[in-house]
Amino acid sequence: MNQPAKTSRFIKGATGDWEIVVGMEIHAQVTSRSKLFSGASTQFGAAANSQVSLVDAAMPGMLQVVNAECVRQAVRTGLGLNAKINLRSVFDRKNYFYPDLPQGYQISQFKSPIVGEGEVVVDLSDDERFTVGIERLHLEQDAGKSLHDQSATESLVDLNRSGVALMEIVSKPDIRSADEAKAYVAKLRSILRYLGTCDGDMEKGSLRADVNVSVRRPGAALGTRCEIKNVNSIRFIGQAVDVEARRQIGVLEDGGAIEQQTRLFDPGRGETRAMRSKEEAHDYRYFPDPDLLPLEFDQAFVNGLKAELPELPDARKGRFISAFGLSEQDAAALTADRSTADYFEAALGHGDGKREPKAVANWINGDLAAYANSVGLDVAATHVAPAQVAGIVDLIGDGTISGKIAKEVLALIIAEEKTADPRALVEARGMQQVTDAGAIETAVEAIVAGNPDKAAQAQAKPAMLGWFVGQVMKQTGGKANPQAVSDLLKRKLGV
Amino acid sequence: MSDPTHLTIGEARAALKSRSLSATELAKAHIEAVEKARGLNAYIMETPEKALAMAGASDARLQRGEAGPLEGVPLGIKDLYATEGVHTQACSHILDGFKPRYESTVTAQLWRDGAVMLGKLNMDEFAMGSSNETSYYGPVASPWLPPNRDAAWARAALAGDKRGLLVPGGSSGGSASAVAAHLCLAATASDTGGSIRQPAAFTGTVGIKPTYGRCSRWGMVAFASSLDQAGPIARSVGDCAIMLGSMAGYDAKDATSVDAPVPDYEAAVGRSIRGLKIGVPREYRIDGMPAEIEALWSQGVGWLKDAGAEILDISLPHTKTALPAYYIVAPAEASSNLARYDGVRYGLREAGKDIVDMYDRTRRAGFGEEVRRRIMIGTYVLSAGYYDAYYVRAQKIRTLIKRDFERVYADGIDAILTPATPSVAFGIGEKSAGNPIEMYLNDIFTVTVNMAGLPGIAVPAGLSGDGLPLGLQIIGRPFDEETLFAVAAIIEQAAGRTRLPQPWWT
Repeated sequence: MNQPAKTSRFIKGATGDWEIVVGMEIHAQVTSRSKLFSGASTQFGAAANSQVSLVDAAMPGMLQVVNAECVRQAVRTGLGLNAKINLRSVFDRKNYFYPDLPQGYQISQFKSPIVGEGEVVVDLSDDERFTVGIERLHLEQDAGKSLHDQSATESLVDLNRSGVALMEIVSKPDIRSADEAKAYVAKLRSILRYLGTCDGDMEKGSLRADVNVSVRRPGAALGTRCEIKNVNSIRFIGQAVDVEARRQIGVLEDGGAIEQQTRLFDPGRGETRAMRSKEEAHDYRYFPDPDLLPLEFDQAFVNGLKAELPELPDARKGRFISAFGLSEQDAAALTADRSTADYFEAALGHGDGKREPKAVANWINGDLAAYANSVGLDVAATHVAPAQVAGIVDLIGDGTISGKIAKEVLALIIAEEKTADPRALVEARGMQQVTDAGAIETAVEAIVAGNPDKAAQAQAKPAMLGWFVGQVMKQTGGKANPQAVSDLLKRKLGV
Repeated sequence: MSDPTHLTIGEARAALKSRSLSATELAKAHIEAVEKARGLNAYIMETPEKALAMAGASDARLQRGEAGPLEGVPLGIKDLYATEGVHTQACSHILDGFKPRYESTVTAQLWRDGAVMLGKLNMDEFAMGSSNETSYYGPVASPWLPPNRDAAWARAALAGDKRGLLVPGGSSGGSASAVAAHLCLAATASDTGGSIRQPAAFTGTVGIKPTYGRCSRWGMVAFASSLDQAGPIARSVGDCAIMLGSMAGYDAKDATSVDAPVPDYEAAVGRSIRGLKIGVPREYRIDGMPAEIEALWSQGVGWLKDAGAEILDISLPHTKTALPAYYIVAPAEASSNLARYDGVRYGLREAGKDIVDMYDRTRRAGFGEEVRRRIMIGTYVLSAGYYDAYYVRAQKIRTLIKRDFERVYADGIDAILTPATPSVAFGIGEKSAGNPIEMYLNDIFTVTVNMAGLPGIAVPAGLSGDGLPLGLQIIGRPFDEETLFAVAAIIEQAAGRTRLPQPWWT
């Protein structure tokens, strides 16, 4: 996993090439109704301190009991990362004082995590992919939130998040560029969403990344790393990697040395800032939590979860290619998000299910994706139903409308006729393709007769035919069958 | 009828059932006794209104024939147990003013079974101590008079700084003193290294630390999670059995509680011990042990032999490593368990110039010297660079200690007989100012049991030459408290019930 990156991805410094090395710790909030060790709700956005149990507030004498659903989710995630599931893991206490940490310790898994080594295959482009090794995945509690802007003299604490289950997914230092870092997080998020183990919503803090960045001369030993804490969007992850790598290269090229530090990325100023150095690092005094027995389960438990795992993005992409004849690119675009892939299959299978997969894919990846993107939604979250996409594809397929008219039909569905059946819409608005040969012929003859000079040119240069097709289509309001127009023109012009 | 505060739970239950005594009368007698005994400082919070209300409810249930196993029985509750709406501070200043809005599982089960709460009992701060001298509320005096002191001297001492009076032991000193002075029929206590058995032995009462996992720890202020266990102190083996029957049981809210049926402990009292194999561990014969304790132990062996038990010499080779290992494991856990007392959410807060300063001032003001010492020891042994040398090694020792016991039990030993303490009760102020190790040595016979998670009972077996109580300890197999009750009952019967002191303190 430690091969040097392709030459193209090296960064040119004043004194030669540099290679970026990145490893990541992703904190993914476990999708579960209640917290890791208490029955309090995990719902986002509730009033401050309204979702706090006695355990979350660390009242005297309170004890944690592990939430079995969070354990199942961690195992599912481990399976989705092709990772080793540890049948015995141990919860440890990470001790430090902070007002948003009521117990004075965070319960985490230090020495014996629930999930061991695994790997994620990441596509960078159609023909470029790389593998990121997973070091481990462990369960831990989230902390509460300090609010410094509610009072002039005091800081307040909201414990709603206190005790919410997180999965910390630690990668090996297998990432070699900002683009790779972004692609890795996107892929990981896609897997988590397929599994339903984390909603991946970075805006709500459901997915956060600690990004470890170092630089080295190509092929040299690993350099000293800095950890950029809590980066909360894929775009910022890319920026943080670039900015931090350039900072380190600058320091090294000026003859300095990198100090191992924890840093913060400031997207506004486009820089990273030191939070604390290694010397200032806490001694967390990890030790096994004596209130919790080691977490143990058997292989049958794991097998049961494995049997019920959904199809994951890589497998689904493969099936879309092999079963539907889609291109790598189309299949990748459709399967990156589980809901989009589901949407595609629903549109493809609608009704009699007899339609061209490539056509369905094109509509979803094309016009529909453009619209969804413009309103900041996933395709599946738009009001456009898979049945409507299927209807449009079918109208083209049976020659009722042309591709051009189909775009108008979709535009109408998007803007005005939100729930319309495309066929009914086309009929109601008279948008059917003109297939009446007589009507087309009349239009063709009129155009040819009106443009004798161009007709002469076209006879010499058959590429001019396109101009005539365009004119006829214009004349017929786009409703003429372009193939029929083209055939007729060829005959009339003798090309 | 004789003084109702002198009844056993069994006797009180019969009197209440026959309506020759009402729960209210029983509660009133105790409330009065508690008021008169304030000098002992056993109760740090009296709840007479609550007691009368609960007793009234008990009377109504008795009337309807719906009496629970502890119906109308007045109890004292160690301040370690969360009691809803009532002072719960583990006798620490850091929990200043804390009244939980929840009830510990163990006390909830006692109330479910009809028991009546008289108040909260004094204890060493956070259960750290062996003499009840570390309490924020001051020391507890034992009802036993010091040798060669008379009641008048003792009353004067009680009114002063209590120096020279005897300690009741600790950390459940309030529990032991209250039970011995007839200020309740029984009390809850807790045992991390000997905190039930040592005070029971010092006061001529019976105390059992059940198997780790037998009683729920939910709602008990934590000291050292892997060692803490709830248990009762009472005036007879039978009363302890009744109490434990209500206190024990699986609790889904405590991950370390064990889902095993709770047997009929009362039925085990009086059971024959004929044919039982009792081990006598040679490692408990320590240097400098007073001859009278040695003699008491031999006496105990004789009684058990007379009752038909087979006595076997056994070896528990890692015994001497238990105390040092305990003083690594327990402070390590405590240093983490006590981190929550930070002044942010409840209890004491001493304002500071920033958050770190607030932590500093609050914890400095809130914790007593012994608690601070253990937090520092615990923090040290868990620190990077020391963890392997101390904490990890102590855990290994713990495994070896466990293995010692497993081996003798596998060889057929049913229970083990040892002294409960290496000495009789000492005086208030006698050891608290000196080297803390002196104090820690009190637990030398009891900590092994916590380290191995086993059940142990302390039962009075006689008096010293100075007329002070001495106890024997019986250690059992995991979850075999029944054998402990059976063996302890034989000793109790042979030794005769301890004649507890007359009330000189009123």
